Amino acid sequence: MKSTLVVGALLTVMTATGAFGQAIKLANVAELSGGGATVGTNWKNGIDLAIEEINAKGGVLGRKLEVSHADSQSNPGVARAQVQKALDAEPYVLLGPGYSGSVKVTAPLAAEAGIAQIMGGEAAELTQAGNKFLFRTSFGQQSSMPKVAKYIHDEMKAKTVAVVWVNNDFGRGGRDVIVKELDRLGSKVVADLSTEAGQADFAADVGKIKAANPDAVFVYLNEEESARILKELKRQGVTAPLMGETTLIGQKVIELAGDAANGARGHVGLTTDAPVDLVKAFREKFSKKYNYVPDHNGLKGYLAVYMVKATTEKMGKVDPKKFADTLHGLTIKAADEPGILMDVTFSDTGDIDRQSFLVEVVEGKQVVKQVLPKVK
Amino acid sequence: MSNLFDLLVAGLATGAIYALVAVGFTLLWQTSQTINFAQGEFVMLPAFLMLAAMQVGAPFWLAIILGILLSMILLGLAFKLLLVDPMMRHGVLPLAIATMALAIGIKEAVKQFFSAEASPFPSIVPTGEVAILGHAVSLQSIGVLVVAILAVLGLTTLLNRTSLGHQMQAAAQNPTVARIIGVPVERMILLTFLINAFLVALASLLITPIYLAKFSSGEVLGQAAFIAAIVGGFNQVRGAIAGGLLIGVLDNLAAAYVSTQYRAAVPMMFLIAVILFRPQGLLGRAEERTV
Amino acid sequence: MSGFAKPLKIALGLAVIAALIIVPMNFNRYGLFILSQWAVMSIAAMGLNLTLGYAGQVSLAQGAFVGIGAYAAAIMTTHGWPLPAAILVAIVLSFAIGWVLGYPALRVQHHYLAFVTLAFSTLAFLLFRNESWLTGGIYGISNIPRPHIFGIATNKPLPFYYVCLGSLAIVSLAVWWLIRSPWGRAFMALRENPLRAQSLGIDTRRYTLMAFAIGSALGGVAGALYAPLTQYIDPVPFNLSLSLDLLLMVIVGGAGFYFGPFLGAMIAVLLPEWLRFAEGYYLMLYAVAVMLLLIWSPTGILGILDRYLAERRTKAASALRAVAKSRLETVQ
Repeated sequence: MKSTLVVGALLTVMTATGAFGQAIKLANVAELSGGGATVGTNWKNGIDLAIEEINAKGGVLGRKLEVSHADSQSNPGVARAQVQKALDAEPYVLLGPGYSGSVKVTAPLAAEAGIAQIMGGEAAELTQAGNKFLFRTSFGQQSSMPKVAKYIHDEMKAKTVAVVWVNNDFGRGGRDVIVKELDRLGSKVVADLSTEAGQADFAADVGKIKAANPDAVFVYLNEEESARILKELKRQGVTAPLMGETTLIGQKVIELAGDAANGARGHVGLTTDAPVDLVKAFREKFSKKYNYVPDHNGLKGYLAVYMVKATTEKMGKVDPKKFADTLHGLTIKAADEPGILMDVTFSDTGDIDRQSFLVEVVEGKQVVKQVLPKVK
Repeated sequence: MSNLFDLLVAGLATGAIYALVAVGFTLLWQTSQTINFAQGEFVMLPAFLMLAAMQVGAPFWLAIILGILLSMILLGLAFKLLLVDPMMRHGVLPLAIATMALAIGIKEAVKQFFSAEASPFPSIVPTGEVAILGHAVSLQSIGVLVVAILAVLGLTTLLNRTSLGHQMQAAAQNPTVARIIGVPVERMILLTFLINAFLVALASLLITPIYLAKFSSGEVLGQAAFIAAIVGGFNQVRGAIAGGLLIGVLDNLAAAYVSTQYRAAVPMMFLIAVILFRPQGLLGRAEERTV
Repeated sequence: MSGFAKPLKIALGLAVIAALIIVPMNFNRYGLFILSQWAVMSIAAMGLNLTLGYAGQVSLAQGAFVGIGAYAAAIMTTHGWPLPAAILVAIVLSFAIGWVLGYPALRVQHHYLAFVTLAFSTLAFLLFRNESWLTGGIYGISNIPRPHIFGIATNKPLPFYYVCLGSLAIVSLAVWWLIRSPWGRAFMALRENPLRAQSLGIDTRRYTLMAFAIGSALGGVAGALYAPLTQYIDPVPFNLSLSLDLLLMVIVGGAGFYFGPFLGAMIAVLLPEWLRFAEGYYLMLYAVAVMLLLIWSPTGILGILDRYLAERRTKAASALRAVAKSRLETVQ
């Protein structure tokens, strides 16, 4: 009788300490195969890198982080199934997906389960549906595109603009916001060209731009296609200034397009090319571990994990129920949490506010032309 | 109409790529009724083999040779022995489905063992431009076009002018009779698989500098080549060339004069029209067998 | 399956049905979602099996018909129409489009239907993506409601699983009846010996078209269930790869076998999920598994069983089957 009691007590102590030292479980659902595989793999690698770093330094509140990765096959139906599976296992926070469509189908599930979801989608509408559990890791297009439109109108003094976009939810989303903004500012969209993901031949598209003879061209494509259209623009002798986002003037595009990238300008919200020391250090660590330079999705995944860390440390405990409330309105300073790379504030809708840059490619190098401060 | 010239040249260059891929497609179909849904991945893979060879220190020229040889072993010999042979006698569809699975397998393997990122690839053609009739034309485009035409000329010469070619044709058109008159049918079929593997490796070498080495780049190519093969006539090498060039040009003209959003629709409409009005394909002959 | 004694067969069938109803009751939401997906894909594959296995026509557009059904359901139910009405529209639409598509193709030559459907598949995807006034374009349609059946809300995973399972049961019975009806006998006559069928006065082209259109209509039904299942649709899942996937299900299950699509959908929907323990390698494993299976038995899973049973049956019967089978393959 006595011995059973002792054993019982021992067991209780053991499970209690076990719970104390238990890992914090995160679940990631991302596009690891299919059309978004590059996006999802970057995102996943960013997550793994951040977790490795955090665990090497003793974890969060003394507990290790653990993540499970699931592949959504870039298909909203599969994403739904995998998020369901992840939520059934009751993770602390849900990470991903990256495609806006997949976010749309999974966000209600996470909200219903009361679990915060930190995702990579950039479509404007995602954070406008009143979901209290959804957080971005980058600017939504509703906050980045107006800055670009303003630059095209005010600085480039373009009265006519050609808009080239890739016909997926990323490209279409950006196109819709910027066309509206340009219209509001009084710049006329004289060519509105949709292109396909993976397109190799831009002769026809550039021909149309040339015929429209705009004052500026806004290019919103994936990196590889950006490089191809830059070459074609040069070949056909289009001289109008080019404006884009991270995807037009990133280091990878410059590498692929060579001197055709010179003169292109872009708004850089979140990029490994940002002229910030912490970001440069991140880039180095990432390329050392994975043998390639990450795109902004790698950064997003990395930040997502540090958002979890900063929020949890702010709460002082691991409480999935209070996580979302704590992150709303939170400002995380890079001085306090170097992993967040740049000072950032989260709004009540889960949107992000952060410094950004306007960059021009000069002789194969990015030169910062302007620093755009945080809105608030 | 300066624009039209640009469109035609670019279209022909893209079309030449499709053509090169489509030729092998029709070869496999003729000799073994293989519909190879992995043909696009077959073009994607050799570039990675060459990149891998360069990573372990081989110079570019050696990497090319190694890449081509490895492709012929993997995508020619092994493909035939391991997948096609066991299934050839069981109809067209199970084999076609198996090649679909193979396509998934190749894509995933490249993504897993190499990278999900696009890698740049050195060009064997100088990357500059020359002026033709006052238009800048990229040397790469010309290179692709020239090699595609040479490859096809070589292939048609082989098929029509040499006794080996005649044997291959006999094996393709009527294996039973060919066997009776002493043609080593099995060896001829293997030869077409090796030729296909050589052609896809060549295509890979030519187009990867433009398309970049990426695990998913075969999807677009494979489908375009399939359409090109049908349009041109599934049973003719010449047809595949015509089909490829036509699809490339049509795609560009559609984007320029119809709608960029529906550019992919125009070749499809054309495909349907070809089937309705010239079902044997543009340059194909009416089929001699009920396959 | 004719090797089994009849009572045994009935008992086995009832056991499977009972298991499908009872076992999922304590599944979690993920398990129920996957199983619902299996039921929906089985319906689409059954349609394709009718086209392919019974009428010998290759369709590369079954995924597009699933898309047509899904968009019909999504558009109608988000505008307040009940799901059954949407299913009806999906059936009529898919049947009519299938008929219009097949008519010219089959007029020219027997196996050109495959190529026409390939082109159609791409066209349908472009329409879904570009006509945003109707389909929401690349943004898709979200908040697709789940229906009330006999006054019961099916928002929760389990009730909606029963909706999918019930629909699968109805479709299965309909197909069972169809292949035993005079039409079905005509389809089979077509498969076994088209020349003879023609000489007996069967309008082969009309019956082939009919089989294709009915098969397409079942694709529409599957789509109309897929939309409320995921509650969000965009154009990407309905591109050519879904059509190829469905073709894979039919072939891997066993084309021309009544139970083939059920097993094929299991392989395509459930097997990748089972293999997820392999993490990054799971799709590679899946591809290898499919290839090995087809190398082992090109006639699919039921082909294996069939081969085994054929050995025990009389030589004459197995010879008959072989003739039918070879006929099927040459037709393709």
